Amino acid sequence: MDIALKETPSDDRTSAPPSWNNRRRRTDRVMHGLFVGSAAFVSLIIFSIILFVGSQGVKTFTDVSFFQFFFSLDWTPAEHQFGAGVFILGSFLVTGLALVIAVPFAVAGAVFMSKIAPSWMREIMRPATDLFVGIPSVVYGLVGLTTFVPIIAKLTGTAGFGVLPAALILAIMILPTIISVSEDAIRTLPSSLEEASYALGATRWQTIGKVLLPAATPGILTGVILGMGRAIGEAMAVQMVIGNAPLLPKGVAEPTSVLTTQIVKEMLNAPFGSTLSNALFLMSLVLLLVSLSLILIIRIVARRRSV
Amino acid sequence: MLNAKLTNKLATVMFWAIGFGILSILAWFLWHILSAGLPHISWNFLTRKPEEMIAGGGIGPQLFNSFYILFLSLLFSIPFGIGAGIWLAEYARKNWFTDLVRLATEMLASVPSIVFGLFGLLVFVTTLHLGYSIIGGALTLSLLNLPVLVRVTEETLRAVPDSYREASLALGATKWQTIRKVLLPSALPGLVTGVTLVAGRALGESAILIFTAGVSVSRFAPDLNLFASGETLSVHLWYVRSEGLVPDATQIAEGTAALLVLVVLILNLLIALPSRLYQRKMAGKSS
Repeated sequence: MDIALKETPSDDRTSAPPSWNNRRRRTDRVMHGLFVGSAAFVSLIIFSIILFVGSQGVKTFTDVSFFQFFFSLDWTPAEHQFGAGVFILGSFLVTGLALVIAVPFAVAGAVFMSKIAPSWMREIMRPATDLFVGIPSVVYGLVGLTTFVPIIAKLTGTAGFGVLPAALILAIMILPTIISVSEDAIRTLPSSLEEASYALGATRWQTIGKVLLPAATPGILTGVILGMGRAIGEAMAVQMVIGNAPLLPKGVAEPTSVLTTQIVKEMLNAPFGSTLSNALFLMSLVLLLVSLSLILIIRIVARRRSV
Repeated sequence: MLNAKLTNKLATVMFWAIGFGILSILAWFLWHILSAGLPHISWNFLTRKPEEMIAGGGIGPQLFNSFYILFLSLLFSIPFGIGAGIWLAEYARKNWFTDLVRLATEMLASVPSIVFGLFGLLVFVTTLHLGYSIIGGALTLSLLNLPVLVRVTEETLRAVPDSYREASLALGATKWQTIRKVLLPSALPGLVTGVTLVAGRALGESAILIFTAGVSVSRFAPDLNLFASGETLSVHLWYVRSEGLVPDATQIAEGTAALLVLVVLILNLLIALPSRLYQRKMAGKSS
């Protein structure tokens, strides 16, 4: 309406002063340049992280042998023993245990949300799982400390800190991630699969077990790997409940330590440039490389899905 | 046949049980934090300075630092994140550079926050001599925000129908004019949701800030000085509970946890409500 009422010359574009058009074109080019620049800048960050953290980390090898760092279980900085084997094993142990606890619930929950739950139940569950992705990890740690640790202490007669409370807290933390990714994978399957199965006389349980879950496996696997990445990189929540002793755990309720928690525990007091500080940087490089390889695995899984 | 039907019924019962189980774990979690922490929250608690040795300290400076660092980190990350997202959605062609940007963004999103923390410690705190500071914390935190902002911007812009672009270009607008006057306004609700999501995550972050913003607060709180150390709420919660000496550490931690969860709840409502209303508006128009 407004445009029609305005008295604009019909040949507006051609009669515009050439400088105006030039300026317009220049702005366009400048903005294009800024966008490419932002993209290049964002891409540059990950490589500078690998470079900086890596170069600081590998300085460890001037004082500590490669073999000692990765395979020795003796971490006694005061006696110049820098074996990170306990922490590497511990990280995988705690993460593995968390996955064993969380994955069955998460996959069943995803099936329930996508195929069984009535819409009102779905309306509650979806925002609820979103909410739990946003809760700070220190809050998870505090709940672990005030609930799981005392219960485990009572049941086992130990102090209650250790692998088990850490794995339980991590399981709750990664549950929403695995649920939402798996639910997406199941929901977006073509409905013809399900219909064909029902037409053959299969029950819902048979359809879920024999058709839907196998077909959604790549998507579910992606969710599990994302959950694994979150669990292995989590620092604060685990640090609050794991007991922080650089020893292999003798039981599930015995204190131990993992890569992230050892960094949190010692970094603030490690003089910059000391072997201890460098070894902690090397530990974070190990964490970084593990996370990056998980991304590569997800890419391979996704490629197989698209074929 | 009967067996299959019985198994099916049992399976349905199991799925319902697990569905309710998951919901009740989440509900218990929420109830546990709020019921333990809300009674400790008072005006004094929210505004007073923390104490080192005696009970009764507040979290005023930490509350201020949390939002100050969050604001600065968004200020640093939004231009680059949205810029890169616009480039991926509107300019990028299928070539090696685009693949590289995508892979790098994905890799950045997977970096554990403690690794960001050590990177910030190395680059901003030590090499650039910023020390444990609000600016060091905010700069490092903005690295965490970037990949999410890029992804949200790209997805939101891709959801804008092509006819909008074509109409704008057909009117003689340049690409930048199209982006500024047509695409960004129609993508705004999605962008706001994305920024709120990022804000919630950044507000709860602790592993990054311990090594970059420090575990103490300035003597003059609230302190706008960018080079003052700036302990935030999440860091304070961790610090009092694992290293603190105050006798009421548990109460402070529980109160802080409840406050953090409240903020996350409010942010989630802020995300859910506008997009719900917006959807309803769109649905109303089309019918």
